[in-house]
Order: sequence, then structure tokens, then C-alpha cells
Amino acid sequence: MTSNPAAPAAFAPTLTAANLGAQRGDRPLFKALELSLRPGQVVWLRGRNGRGKTSLLRLLAGLSTPARGAVLCDGVPLAQCPPEWRRRLLYVAHANALKEDLTVQEALRFLGALHGRTPASAEIRSALARLGVGHLHSATVRTLSQGQRRRCALSRLALPDEADETNSADESHGASIWLLDEPYDALDQEGVQALHDLLSDHARQGGSTLLTSHQEVMLRDPVPTVLDLDAVAVAQ
Amino acid sequence: MSTPRPTTSVVRPPRGQENSGAALRFLERSLFLAVLMRDLRLAARRRIDALLPLVFFVVAISLFPLGVGPEPQTLRHIAPGVVWVCALLATMLSVQHLYAGDQADGSLEQMLLAPQSPLAVAAAKCVAHWLVSGWPLILAAPVVGLWFDLSLPAMGSLVLGLLLGTPVLSLLGGLGAALTLGLRSGGMLLILIVLPLAMPVLIFGAGAVAAVESGQSAAGHYSLLGALLIATAMGAPWATAAALRISTE
Repeated sequence: MTSNPAAPAAFAPTLTAANLGAQRGDRPLFKALELSLRPGQVVWLRGRNGRGKTSLLRLLAGLSTPARGAVLCDGVPLAQCPPEWRRRLLYVAHANALKEDLTVQEALRFLGALHGRTPASAEIRSALARLGVGHLHSATVRTLSQGQRRRCALSRLALPDEADETNSADESHGASIWLLDEPYDALDQEGVQALHDLLSDHARQGGSTLLTSHQEVMLRDPVPTVLDLDAVAVAQ
Repeated sequence: MSTPRPTTSVVRPPRGQENSGAALRFLERSLFLAVLMRDLRLAARRRIDALLPLVFFVVAISLFPLGVGPEPQTLRHIAPGVVWVCALLATMLSVQHLYAGDQADGSLEQMLLAPQSPLAVAAAKCVAHWLVSGWPLILAAPVVGLWFDLSLPAMGSLVLGLLLGTPVLSLLGGLGAALTLGLRSGGMLLILIVLPLAMPVLIFGAGAVAAVESGQSAAGHYSLLGALLIATAMGAPWATAAALRISTE
């Protein structure tokens, strides 16, 4: 994998998978996978169904334990990373993590609180507006379509994090790492464009993104680096 | 659709307000409070679901006088055991979906990814469960005591016993729910796991009421219920957090 030309704007961590292996039951998904997710980089993880894309994302997020190898952040094993670092890792899974009986604003406020910062109403409205669903902030999640739910879930990415709050004055803060599982699911063209704008801004600020998608990722700035799990499987 | 990313300006509080600001930030960052408040809010939105354990408790208890007969002496004698068994079953009924909904919609993964320990998630879910499901049973206990012709001291003993015992049931139920998360026949397995663990609570809780009814001191029963509560509160959230980690692997 080659590094992306986008220059990081601030201190940002590098997420590395070293000699990583995963298996589902007795079936190995991949062995000895090497991956380095550098600041300013967008990596498109692709592969056939069942190749282990979601499994890899979960391993990198720290939700699963690898069968072999390790996930490192700036050389430190993920499990030993301090809470400050973990706050900067954002994982948007295939499921939207929005409770049906909450309003969009309440759901996003809860997800923000999980990462140690409860966003203000204005911040949530602004984040939703970036995904074109600003008018839905008071809507109950159960009343939304799948596409609207996906946009609302992705608007988490536009919420200011602690790094924004401290304006990166402290070196321990910086851009975040986004792990996105099928973010284009149920999005229309406008939603895809809004997501691309977010990804571009994030990369410009030194953040890095690893996303899975079965459809062509048409992002132009930066052009995503491709990691093909089919090719990895053939090579092994 | 290319709107600029909103920038945040940081407003520093005056010196005198720094302490309250720090407290507020602590509350904002508290994973425990975030999960607790969210679960209470969800329970308030799903009032029917939240009331089901209480309805089950009351309906199940009301069947006993019909089945056993209206003899006050008999009812007074069986009341402690009946109330505690129904409280246990009502808890089992409500605890089965404690984590299942969060797992299905992806919330559980997000909670486990929080920088703070999953221990806070386990503890908050159990406290929320007790407030929503256990507390109403305690409030209903005096009414049930009247049906079974319990004396006032015996009713007080029943309430105090439930106050000490129902949190234990919620903690054990939470552990069982985490251990059986995602398993087929998880509901039945949960009951088989938790019922044996809950037996001491049942014994000492019912024993306290029986002791008061027979004019003896129930202090020993309360002490043992209190000890069970402390021991469970010390151990169950850790075990639950570990089980949640394993269940979501």
C-alpha cells in the first residue's frame, strides 16, 4: 500500500495491522495481512461476500481479537492505547446504532456521549445539515426511511470531537480514524456526494478512513487506496 | 452540497465556575450516566413494555388465592414464597431482552467501543433495569400483602427484603442475559442459569417475612440479603462486562 499525497494538517495517529489473521469458525478469512492506515489516507477495502471485510474492520476497531498478529496504533497495541486515543477512533457499522424510539438528536447525543463528549443541539443540527437531513433532528428514528437513517448515522462523522474542542493545541489530540462499514448503503446520489465531501475534509485535516463498499468508490480528493481482500486471499 | 465544516469556538468559564464546569464535563463524559439516562428514556417511551413485568407479577400472584383457596391462614403462610417466586419470574421475563435490542441495532458495539470500561455499561443497564422493573414490584408489594392478609410488620419486612433482593435479581439477570446473548434458546438457558444463583435471595427474602410473622427477628435475613447484594454488586458487573465482550466477538 502506498501513502496518500494528502498532507496531514496536524498530529494524527497511524493505525497498523501487523501479520493480522482472522478466522470465522474453522475457516480462515485472511492470514498475515499487513495494513497501514496513515494520516490523510482513504483506503477502500473491497472483496467478495464472506472475505472478511467486516471482520477486518471489527478487528481494527478492537471489537474482535485477532487469531494471529496485532493491531497497533503508533506502534502501541490497541488494547493498551489510552482512552484519549480510543476517543479518536470512530466506527460506523453496518447497523446504524440508532434507537427506534429516540429522536435523531437524542440518538446522536447518546452516541457522542459514548465517546466522552455530549454534542450541543446546534452541533447536532449542523452535523445533520452536512448530510442533508438537518430538518430531521427532532424526528423519531422509527419514522425515517433506511436512507435517512443511514445519513443520520453518518452525520456522527461531522460532529466536532475533542480535537476540535481543544483546537489541537495539545499534541495528544488530533485528527481521528474513521472505520466505515458499507457507508454507501441506502444512500442516494446526494447522500453519496455529502459523504464524499466529509471524507475529503477529513483527509485534508489529517484524518484517515478505512471503508468497505461493494460499489465503486468515486471519491476524487483524495483518490482512495484500494485494498482487495480477494487478492490478499489469492496471494496467501 | 459542499458546505464548510462547522468550527467550534471554546468558551472558557469564569474562574468561579470552573468547578461546576468540571462536574458538568464529568457528567457529560460518564458512560454510566449516558447509558442509564438513555435506558430510562427508552422505558418512558415504551411504557407498555416497561409495565409488563409488574402486570405479570400482580396477575401471577392473584392466581394463588384462586387456586389455593381464600383461607387467610393458608394465604398468610404461603405469601412470602409466592411473592418472591413471582418477583423472580417477573425479573427473568424482563431481563431477557436487556442486551438483545442493543445488539440487534448496533448500539452494543458502540457502547463497547467507548473509551471507558464496559463495566460502566453493565452497571448502568442493571441499575436501569432495577429502576424500571424492580422498583415497581417493591411499590406493589404492600398491596399484595393486603391480599394475603399479611400483618403490617410482615408487609414492612416484605418491602425491605425486596428492596435488598430485587437489585440482586437484576444483577444476576443482567449476567445471565449477557452470557446467553445471541444464543438460540437463550431465554430458557438464561432462566436455567439464573434461577439456581437466585435461590439464596429467595430463601432469605421469604425467610425474613416468615420470621416476622412468627414474631422472631429478621435481622439475620436482612444481613445476609445485604451481604448478597454487596457481593453481587462487586462481582456481577465485571462478569457481565466480560460476557458482553465475548458475546460480541
